[in-house]
Amino acid sequence: MVMSAVLEEVAMEAPFSGTGRSRTYAEGAEEISGSFSLTDVSVAYGNETVIAGVDMLVPSRAVTALIGPSGCGKSTLLRCFNRMNDEIGNVRVGGTITLDGLDIYQKSIDPVDLRMRVGQVFQRPNPFPMSIYDNVAFGPRTQGIRKREELDAIIEDALRDAALWEEVQNHLKKHAFELSGGQQQRLCIARALATRPEVLLMDEPASALDPISTQQIEDTIAELKDRVTIVIVTHNMQQAARISDQTAFMLRESMDQPAHLVEVGDTKRMFTNPNDKRTESYITGRFG
Amino acid sequence: MSVRPTRARRARLVEAIMKVVTGACVALVIGTALFVLGKIVAAGLPGISLDFLFSKPGMGMRAGGIFPVIVGTLMLVALTAVLVLPLGIMAGIYLAEYAPRNLLTRIVRLSIANMAGVPSIVYGLFGLAVFVLLMHFGKSLLASALTLTCLTLPVVITSTEEALRQVPTDLRQAALALGATRWRAIYKVVLPAAAPGIVTGSILGLSRAAGETAPILVTGAAFFLPTLPNSVFSQYMSLPYHLYVLATQVPNVPPEITWGTAFVLVAGVSVVSMIAAAWRSVQRRKVKW
Amino acid sequence: MKVTPTETAGQRLGRTTRRRAAESVVRVLIYAAGLLSIVILLAIAVFLFVEARRSIAEVGLGTMLTGTKWFPTGTPKIFGFLPLIIGSLMVTGVALVVFVPVGIGAAVYISEFSAGWLKEVTKTVIEFMAAVPSVVYGFLGVAVLIPWVKTAFGLTSGMTALTGGLVLGVMSLPTVISISEDALHAVPDALRQGSLALGNTRWQTAYKVVVPSASSGIFAGVMLGLGRAIGETMAVLMLTGNAAVIPTNIFESVRTMTGTIAAEMGEVVFGGLHYSVLFSVGLVLFGITFVINLAADLVLERQRKRWRR
Repeated sequence: MVMSAVLEEVAMEAPFSGTGRSRTYAEGAEEISGSFSLTDVSVAYGNETVIAGVDMLVPSRAVTALIGPSGCGKSTLLRCFNRMNDEIGNVRVGGTITLDGLDIYQKSIDPVDLRMRVGQVFQRPNPFPMSIYDNVAFGPRTQGIRKREELDAIIEDALRDAALWEEVQNHLKKHAFELSGGQQQRLCIARALATRPEVLLMDEPASALDPISTQQIEDTIAELKDRVTIVIVTHNMQQAARISDQTAFMLRESMDQPAHLVEVGDTKRMFTNPNDKRTESYITGRFG
Repeated sequence: MSVRPTRARRARLVEAIMKVVTGACVALVIGTALFVLGKIVAAGLPGISLDFLFSKPGMGMRAGGIFPVIVGTLMLVALTAVLVLPLGIMAGIYLAEYAPRNLLTRIVRLSIANMAGVPSIVYGLFGLAVFVLLMHFGKSLLASALTLTCLTLPVVITSTEEALRQVPTDLRQAALALGATRWRAIYKVVLPAAAPGIVTGSILGLSRAAGETAPILVTGAAFFLPTLPNSVFSQYMSLPYHLYVLATQVPNVPPEITWGTAFVLVAGVSVVSMIAAAWRSVQRRKVKW
Repeated sequence: MKVTPTETAGQRLGRTTRRRAAESVVRVLIYAAGLLSIVILLAIAVFLFVEARRSIAEVGLGTMLTGTKWFPTGTPKIFGFLPLIIGSLMVTGVALVVFVPVGIGAAVYISEFSAGWLKEVTKTVIEFMAAVPSVVYGFLGVAVLIPWVKTAFGLTSGMTALTGGLVLGVMSLPTVISISEDALHAVPDALRQGSLALGNTRWQTAYKVVVPSASSGIFAGVMLGLGRAIGETMAVLMLTGNAAVIPTNIFESVRTMTGTIAAEMGEVVFGGLHYSVLFSVGLVLFGITFVINLAADLVLERQRKRWRR
């Protein structure tokens, strides 16, 4: 409690100032940033409430996995973190979501600013129809970075972080569509990293990929997690167990009821000794 | 048991007959098109020479070439393109990216569909009343181009919208998730991805405009001009109108001049738009999303 | 790890404001362009009416619509639209007889019987036919069809409603075929499979299942073809002989509404009565095509909704 009050204060001082971005990327920084707190979060499509009463904390510099049967609203909840639900229309988000103490749904927040701090990688690789370089440079250019050397440096960093640099360093002008599926997805990770986000949201990033590419993505996630907060949606229990520090289990028990959070906690504990019967059933593969 | 095979046989027979009948319809359509193309090529090609393409009409249109006619058409189309492309592409963006699902959007769509069906001569009347007379542009390139802009707008809008809709939502989402504004996502990602479709659709629309006669008849096309147009307020000569003049207004034109003009018009308009259409269908199949 | 220099909050805020301003300017422009089509369509109606006002006041709409004589330059001037309206209808009727059976027949064959390559060929052919300018069709009619009609039917002139109608029928074919073919194509294959599995032949399937399912789209195609035929100007102007008399059969010369506007607008005094009367003709034409297009579009929209789910 004391901790969160302190956080609140820090955040009030510098909402969305540039310091947040460099802080995240600076190696070994001690400050805590990129942590989400959700209080009684609900999501409604039109009149239908699909998610209700979600309370959880997303710790910074750790991997949080959202698991649950398909259709339970994992991806919908994920899109609340960077307000991508705003773009769908007719979606209302209730409750409070704070990023480092700052309410991201308050009026004065421009979702565009928020998304520079909270990046997203999608289910299917979705590189832009342009060169590898231009793909990664898209975010920085959006932020107004024009200097060639600066861009080059950012792009190299991002590609290295996404474990793609070795493969593409001599082909940066190549069209992104010439890459394989797994490479394309790592390119999308690099593209998201190039905006220097504090949080990276990943919506089943490996579900469209082969096992080897999946492995590479998981390695990348492991590499990244000491610098970036990661929230990952996955339907693959083993993957959640392998890569995440914290796991949140969501369930929609019937179609008349909104989905809710059944259990959230330390991944190891949850996979060995779940508190809730439903979690146990799901993890052991009895439904979903 | 004996009834069934008979009925089946009769059904097969009817099928065979109807296949021939409907097939004959297709054959008729293809035959007509081949006849149109063949006749124009056969009768028009002999009249084509550099001299014909690059010299002025002479002796009351009964000799010489069609150079000012070609130039006038090109100027008209270019001016129309300059006017219609920004408007049409923006309207297409509105429909594909911004338009809410409401009554207003429904009315916009109805208007566009309806504009596409307004007779070209009615556009001519509108252009005459508004651009020629009300705005005092006179009978001119500008008045005609504005008229053709209205006429071509629905084609450019619908092909832009269609092309934009084929760009996967994922790409927009990715751009937005990187902190791009809606417009930046459209301008930098969606629009370039949709460019081939937009370009070919616009070429289709503009080539149709180039072949229109009725609207320019009343807004600026000239029977004959001794000089090339020197400003957007000049009158101009135009291929379709020239063909009309040669075919119906001037007696005793040597056939190779009339057919040659028809050939140039069809080659310019139909072939260009056919290539555009073919290219578009290739593009549609090639893009893998 | 390199650390990029950070900007002050003020700099970033400045960019946010500028970005928001740019975004809203663009939004306004795009919305304006989006609404342009409504504006133009309304403007067409308004200006046709404004220019037609004088004739409506001086001659009277009823008198014009029911008048059986068209002598715009005689003394006295008589502005009766019936010869023109009947002329348009007769030419369109002939076109209808051509493009309805041929168009639908071709669409059914392309969609239900033809091989893939033939589909591509016909698509290209139809694109070509749609792209040929109407003045070229008119010219071909003058060069080929007029002499043929004259000798084939033993007439003194080949410039008849029949001649114009035949060419209009050909010109409307691309519209009818492509829209009907789209409608047939949109019928789910499951319906075809279901019918074939019941022991129906392909034709029975087409006739009993596919065509009825696509009927609204085919209807829309016919309506749009009709709209195109009524509104077509150059070909009829060049082919029908333009005699402003109420025709009694298709072997007579007729004068259509479109042809009248195109032929006479060049000779009128701008702002004069005759000028205004021609706008009245335009207004009638606009009204007819507006209703036809609206009907076609409403039908098409309903069909689109039906197959969407």
